[in-house]
Formats: sequence, structure tokens, C-alpha cells
Amino acid sequence: MKRTSLVFLTVFVLLAILHQDFWNWDNASLVFGFMPMGLAYHALYTLVATAFWAVVIKVAWPTKLEEWAEGGEE
Amino acid sequence: MATIWIIVIYLGALLAFAMGSKIFFRGTSADYFVASRSIGPFMLLMSVFGTTMTAFALVGSTGKSFERGIGTYGLMASSSGLIHAACFLLIGLKLWAIGKRHGYVTQIQFFRARFDSNGLGYLLFPILVLLVIPYLLIGVIGAAKTIGGVTGPKKTPRGMIEGTFPDLFESTGGAIPPWLTGAVICIVVLCYIFAGGSRAAAWANTFQTLVFMTMGVLAFILISNKLGGLGAAIEQAKEGHLVRTVSSEGKVGVPPIMFATYMFIPLSVGMFPHLFQHWLTAKSAKAFKLTVIAHPICIMIVWVPCVLIGLWATGLKPLEGAAPAAVLAKMVGILVKDPVIVGLVTAGILAAIMSSLDSQFLCLGTIFTNDIVLHNTKKKYTDKQILLMARGFVLAIVVITYVLAMVLIDQNVFDLAIWCFSGFAALTPLVIAALYWRRSTKEGAIASIVATTVVWFYFFAKSGFGGEYVILGGVMPVAVCWLTGVVAMVAVSLATKPPSKETVDKFFP
Repeated sequence: MKRTSLVFLTVFVLLAILHQDFWNWDNASLVFGFMPMGLAYHALYTLVATAFWAVVIKVAWPTKLEEWAEGGEE
Repeated sequence: MATIWIIVIYLGALLAFAMGSKIFFRGTSADYFVASRSIGPFMLLMSVFGTTMTAFALVGSTGKSFERGIGTYGLMASSSGLIHAACFLLIGLKLWAIGKRHGYVTQIQFFRARFDSNGLGYLLFPILVLLVIPYLLIGVIGAAKTIGGVTGPKKTPRGMIEGTFPDLFESTGGAIPPWLTGAVICIVVLCYIFAGGSRAAAWANTFQTLVFMTMGVLAFILISNKLGGLGAAIEQAKEGHLVRTVSSEGKVGVPPIMFATYMFIPLSVGMFPHLFQHWLTAKSAKAFKLTVIAHPICIMIVWVPCVLIGLWATGLKPLEGAAPAAVLAKMVGILVKDPVIVGLVTAGILAAIMSSLDSQFLCLGTIFTNDIVLHNTKKKYTDKQILLMARGFVLAIVVITYVLAMVLIDQNVFDLAIWCFSGFAALTPLVIAALYWRRSTKEGAIASIVATTVVWFYFFAKSGFGGEYVILGGVMPVAVCWLTGVVAMVAVSLATKPPSKETVDKFFP
């Protein structure tokens, strides 16, 4: 496995672990006065996941796969 | 009446927009099935997002949050942000490339060729069809119940208000009956799918996705204003719903093990046959970039407001004991009251439902045509004949869905959705192995499908054929089904003859 793939796989597993935010389970405090902590955390998590996929696409876009597809049988 | 007019205008606009795609229709079967692989980034994002978000997007998220609290977002939305994007990039993109290179239009064509097995196609075909059908029924029944609720008689502190059409539909108290809503929804979807196939579905989904995202946000703003702003609104919520700790009766909150194993469910997008078809419509690999990045944000835009509305509803007196599926409609109806707004939000709910229905109708028509009829014949059909056949199958599927939905209209089919997702998710070891493991064999694939199906069916039966069911104090059955599929695939593949070099070279560039 390439080094970049390994790094991305590690971050992916880390994100999957961070999804289980057990430390927020019984935290009823409000963020910005209207957003329960458990919901705010997961909304932020969504943005982090988006940033992660943006980096994956930037760094590890499979250019060769696209070229291979274009040289098809159709 | 204004509410009904808004819905009629919405359906008319949808039909006009989707039929507009006919201008670009090239009259070929490739255009009908996969829009001649010409869909750009924005339309791909909208059609993929619209297809994955069903009635659950607006109605289900609000209802589930009303029932279980904030855990709903983590269970179904933030995990999807991570897993869906992974499936689009690692499964969807690769399947698009293989489909484009070898000219496939269905999943079964790919699996048959990859594992060099006709039998695999016959094994997979009924499983995929049986998993899609309940999903279709949810859409039609959901639409019928939504319109029935909006036009039906309402209980208010000042007494009962009669339904919208008391003289026309006496038996339902003035509500538009399910047979009529079901028929209208099915006919509208049928019209544009029949005429324009995959391209019409992409156009319609783009329109519908924009409608349901806008209406969700609109409902959120109006309801929060009526409750005195965001800060005052959250004060209405019951404290137990602001955390994930399981309540003493076990009805509110989410057990940590359930929360963790729920992450298997979003994997279902990797095996949805209707999503496979959308992937193949992409113009280029680059079209996937926007979908991968923006899909999690689109989920957040729809789900955060809906989850908050569900939380606010928990402390409101008129909502006490309300059915979860009715919470959003009731919040809009009771708090906003304006019939135009009620019409707009109802149009948004219908948009979320119909944006999945069209793709599912089309995909079943496509797999019947390509994987059963064309696959089994030596006769050479013209493109015109293939189109006729596909349209005939779409028509038949719409009629069957409509009849089944009317027969099962009073059944609670909503719980079935999670079982459909679980079934598709449990089959993902098959597609992952097909794409990334050269050593995976036909026998391994068959063993994986059979083992997964048997285990899934066992749990499904234990649940009373569609109820909520967990094992070992909260583990979702999908986790066990998925692991069974992995073990069967690996063990049997390693014990059998590897695939030929020719097959491996064909699928592993």
C-alpha cells in the first residue's frame, strides 16, 4: 500500500472513532445558546469529514483510472 | 384550497421541468438507461443526493429526533457524511470507470462479467428486486399519508375542523384518499421516466432536491420565529432529548453500541442499484468530485434543521403523543398555519419522496430489460425495440407498486426501510471484493451473497418481519450480516480456484 493511502486510511479510521464521541453522551449544554453539544459536535464533524474528502480528492485523485475508462470498448 | 393549489403547481412545474429534458433525448437505449453518460457535476450531485434522501430526509429525521433525541443526527447523518462519500469515491467512481470502459448499464452485468458467472446474476436479481420493492412502497404510502394528513380533518383547541373536500371525499372526512394521491404521484413520475429515462430522472431530481432543501430550511426559519427565536425554541425541548443517554423506559436516547454499529447502514449506498445507474450517467470522473465533497454538507443542511424541529416539538403540548411521522406536518400546521406555507412544505416532502421513486422505477425497468430479457436472447433487438421493452417494464413496475401500496396502505412499512438499507449494506463485501481483491472468486461471491441473505433473513424473521430489532444489547443486525459476508467471501475465495488472468486484466487496470 502506498504511503498516502495508508495515511488516508489511518485518518478515516480515526474519524470513525471520533464519531463515537462518548464524552458528549450526557452533555446537555448548549453551543451558541441554541445547539445541544451532541448535535453541534456532529455538525462540526460533518464539516471535518468534508474537509477530509476534499484533501483526499486533491492529493490522491485517480487520474489513471479516468484515462483507462476513456479508452473503453464502447 | 391554497395548499392544494401549491401542490398542483409544484407537480406541474416538476413535470414541465423533467419533460424539458426530452429536448436532449437522443432516442437511443444508452440515452434512456444512462443519459449517454453526459451528466455534469452539479446535476450528478443533485441526483445522487436526491436519490439517497427519501421521505426520511424531512419527515423521518424530524420524527426520529422527536422520538429519540439528538442522537438521530449522529446515527443517520454525520456517519453518512463519512461513509457515503467513501462509497462514492471508492466504489462509485471505480464502477463508473468500469461501466464506461466495458459498456455496462446495470450492476448485474458488472458482477456477471467480473465473476464470470451467469448464475450469479440470477441469484442477485431477485434479492435486489425484493429489497427495492419495499423501498418503493414506502415512497407511495408516505406520499399518500402526507397528503391525507394535510387535507384531512384536524383537531384544534376550538374543536374539529373538517377536511379540505368534505363533499367530494365523505368517507375520509374530506381528506384526499390514498388511492388518488398514489395514482397522481405514480402517473407524474411515470410520465417523465417513460419519456426521458435517466436524463429525465436527473433533471427531475435536481429540481426536487432544490425544492426539498429550500422547503426544509424555510420550515425551520418560520417555526423558530413562531417559537420566539432559536434560543427560546430549544428551551421548549425536553432535557432527555438533548443528550444520548438512554432513558429509564429505553425509549429516548441511543445505546453506544447501537450508535457504533449503525455506521454499517450508510454502506448501503454502495449496493443500491438505482444509485449505480446514476453513477453511470456521469460525464467524466471529475464529475464525482463535487458529489464527494458537497454530499456531507447537503446532508447537514437538511438534517440539522429537521433534528432541531423534532427537539423543539418534544415540549409542545399539542404535539404530545403525536406519531413521529406526523411531527413536521403538525409543527408547520399548528405553528405557521399559513396554507401557502403548508403547501410549500408539503411540496418539499413530496419532492424528497419522488426524487427516490423515479430512480427506483427506472432501475428496475433497466435491470429487467438488460439482465433478464436481453441477456437471455440471441435475437438482435433494435434500439427502438429495447426502448419499448424498457418503457413497458417501467409501466408494469409502476402499476405493481401502486397496487401493492394500496393493499398495504394501513401497514407500517416505514420500519422496513431500515431493513432494506441493512440488506443492501450487508451485500457491500461483494462489491468491495469485486473491485479491490483480485483473488476473489465466483464461488466466494456466491457464498457471500447466500450467507448474507440467510443471516439477514434470520434476523428479519426474528424482528417479526420488519420491526425494530437489535442483538446483544444494542448491536444492529447489519453488522453481523456484513461480517458474515466478509468471512464467506474470504474463506471460500481462498479455498477455490483463482479467477483467470484474462478476467483480472479486464477489471484491474
